[in-house]
Amino acid sequence: MSGFRIKLSRSLRNKVHGSWMTVCLVFVISMPVIIAGGLYWKSSVLLHDHGVFSLIFSKEWKPLSGQFGFYPFIISSIWVTMTALILAAPICLLTAIHLTQYAKRWVLKIMHPVIDILAGIPSVIYGVWGILVVVPFIGNHLGTWLGKSVSGYSILAGGIVLAIMVIPFVLNILIDVFNNIPTELSEASLSLGATRWQTIKFVLVKKGLPGIVAAFGLGMSRAFGETIAVLMVVGNVSRIPSGLFQPGYPLPALIANNYGEMLSIPLYDSALMLSALILFVVVLGFNFVSRYIIAACDKRC
Amino acid sequence: MKKFLKAEEIFFRVLMFLSTTLIGTVLFLIVFSVIKNGLPYLSWEMISEVPSGGYYFGKEGGILNAIVGTVYLSLGSTLLAFFVGLPVALMMNVHLVRYQRFVNGIRLILDLLWGIPSIVYGAFGFTLMVYLGIRASLLAGIITVTIFIIPIMIRAMDEALKTAPRGLLEAALSLGSTRSEISYRVFFKQCIPGMVTAILLSFGRAAGDVASVLFTAGFTDAIPTSINQPAATLPLAIFFQLSSPISEVRHRAYAAAVVLFGIILVISLLTRIISGKYKKNRINF
Amino acid sequence: MDHTKINISKLNLYYGRQQILKDINAGIPEKKITVILGPSGCGKTSLLRCMNRLTDLHPQARLTGNILINGKDILNTTDDITSIRKMMGLLAQRPYPLPMNIYNNIAYGLRISGRMNKRMLNKRVEHYLRQVSLWDEVKDRLRDPAVALSIGQQQRLCLARGLAVDPQIILADEPTSALDPLSSQAIEEKFNELKENYSIVIVTHILRQARRLADHVIFMYMGEVIEQGPADAFFENPKLEKTKLYLRGMFY
Repeated sequence: MSGFRIKLSRSLRNKVHGSWMTVCLVFVISMPVIIAGGLYWKSSVLLHDHGVFSLIFSKEWKPLSGQFGFYPFIISSIWVTMTALILAAPICLLTAIHLTQYAKRWVLKIMHPVIDILAGIPSVIYGVWGILVVVPFIGNHLGTWLGKSVSGYSILAGGIVLAIMVIPFVLNILIDVFNNIPTELSEASLSLGATRWQTIKFVLVKKGLPGIVAAFGLGMSRAFGETIAVLMVVGNVSRIPSGLFQPGYPLPALIANNYGEMLSIPLYDSALMLSALILFVVVLGFNFVSRYIIAACDKRC
Repeated sequence: MKKFLKAEEIFFRVLMFLSTTLIGTVLFLIVFSVIKNGLPYLSWEMISEVPSGGYYFGKEGGILNAIVGTVYLSLGSTLLAFFVGLPVALMMNVHLVRYQRFVNGIRLILDLLWGIPSIVYGAFGFTLMVYLGIRASLLAGIITVTIFIIPIMIRAMDEALKTAPRGLLEAALSLGSTRSEISYRVFFKQCIPGMVTAILLSFGRAAGDVASVLFTAGFTDAIPTSINQPAATLPLAIFFQLSSPISEVRHRAYAAAVVLFGIILVISLLTRIISGKYKKNRINF
Repeated sequence: MDHTKINISKLNLYYGRQQILKDINAGIPEKKITVILGPSGCGKTSLLRCMNRLTDLHPQARLTGNILINGKDILNTTDDITSIRKMMGLLAQRPYPLPMNIYNNIAYGLRISGRMNKRMLNKRVEHYLRQVSLWDEVKDRLRDPAVALSIGQQQRLCLARGLAVDPQIILADEPTSALDPLSSQAIEEKFNELKENYSIVIVTHILRQARRLADHVIFMYMGEVIEQGPADAFFENPKLEKTKLYLRGMFY
């Protein structure tokens, strides 16, 4: 009798647990749809009033008179992201090759925790560092050196801070990419009389190219959505930037800076939610393509 | 030709070495400049008192409210995320092993969710608040941050569970265990170090993020006594104080940054110690 | 033993604290097939890797002793490592075609070792593809990626790729272990043809294959050379008890 009861409670527990699992799973996999839906629900008011294209390509941002043009913010975002990527990409690629092909054990022993810690530093601390070091450097040294009077709060400052934030992220993916290439492939190339560097240049980079592209794609989407650190150093002037030393106002910063007034101006909340939706779509798109490339390349190799 | 090749290789090796050193130097620079600017202003008063009347004009007080708020928020959301995340991670690796394509699909969705910026989660949290009719509060913050860290936690757990040998499941099944027993008694136990790593990782993310709590958790000088009250968090406190025109207040932001940095470093160190024990048989890099 | 191509003396290989090869003394005769035989994990592959110094790739690996090729020490030398490696073609356990098309897989080694005009290159590529009897199968799709070939074809392509840099020695590490019986046979036939011009070293743990191919045998166990000598004597009349046991299939 007691044996039967144990069996019952065991299978009951199994069932309860199974259904809780299923509920959680369904919740998790429907998250993207729920998020997109929620944001669309709030931003649809504005979308109905203005239409997507006129919002994205309009330059006028005057919330008080009901004009919401996202163009300056989108351009700023692109500027900052591209600056960060251009700065970070060569460093990441070179370091990844160094760490996977040449580095001695002690270098790895140092660099592994360094990358981990860099990846774990909260963005607000990157922002603090940006204000303490990067902004004064650009404003006082680089600016006078180039004969310009700049405040330092600029696209360039945002780009530098962002570059350092995405480096550990991109680097980790690149290290994986290079480690997943079988050693036998470099052995084959070496035994044909190629030097180490020729092997890297002609064989490893070529073999890893899809992965490298994907890593940069993921890094780019990470940079595109980063908020606080950029907001703190980028200047936040809603004008279309025309150079690296000009201040910019990227989309995430726009959302974060204006949540206070959000509910006091009509349609303003809707506009900010639309910015979030734009971010969501762009980042999701970049991520999806990059992940797809990685997966397709995994299958082929 | 040979000489040119040699020169090219040396040139790039120097470049590689420099970029590796640069990354190390940058970390050192960040640590150094934050500590140099913050440590002189860090005092016992700062971390043991809540802001008093004129705190934001440079008067007495501390950031205890933010420290406690961060701990409440991170603990609460990590706990919630654990209850949702663990079953999903276990389900992917115990119940759904036969459906690898489906599991890989879930992994893709989780990776995509991981990639979504926290500000988007913040905005979504805000719409959720509006929809459910709750005010900016600890509760709203916890819900938002939970959604934000769930994918991180599941993927980290998933990576740990993936390393469990396949034979384990078959052996346990052949002994007559139910799948839920296998999940917790075998797989969870087998991968406990990985699980702890996942939890610490998520906790660190929760503690360090600003953008997701900006809309949802509110900000207050008092230590919250219920989850319906707003709560301050450390990153947010740093952010607010930095925008102050008074230099005294800005210095306190640097000091607060040192505190936050300390918390994150401790978590990172713990993670390394635990995962170091667990990765003993694995080669990194 | 007539002319010795590779002479290995007092070779020790350490990997970290672990010693992989213990005091190896062995000779590889010229223009013959030498089979390195032994149970898996006995250090056969490591020995092969030492010969073309691929052990350099592992930061923890440490070598002592000498390996003389044509009488010249390749371990303690300032000579360019690439020219040493070029003397030896390598065939791995599985085919690892370079991430390029079929044509460039062969042309890669030629291009790297010196400038060559297009016509010469075309001729050489065709020549080596013919040498491994692959030309007729691939001549219409030389620009296809090499991974599109079947595994057996890929392995032959890898062989041709190695031959293209004009080596004197071919090192093969269980070259048929990933192949189907027919492709294996094709590769084995190739080896028998090639031994007229090349010294061939094959690592294998398949006794039958060793019997089929070997002119000379080096038998290894637990990182040591147990017995070596001409194939006939080795298989018909082994000197040591351990060898006899292995040949009778008493341990693997």
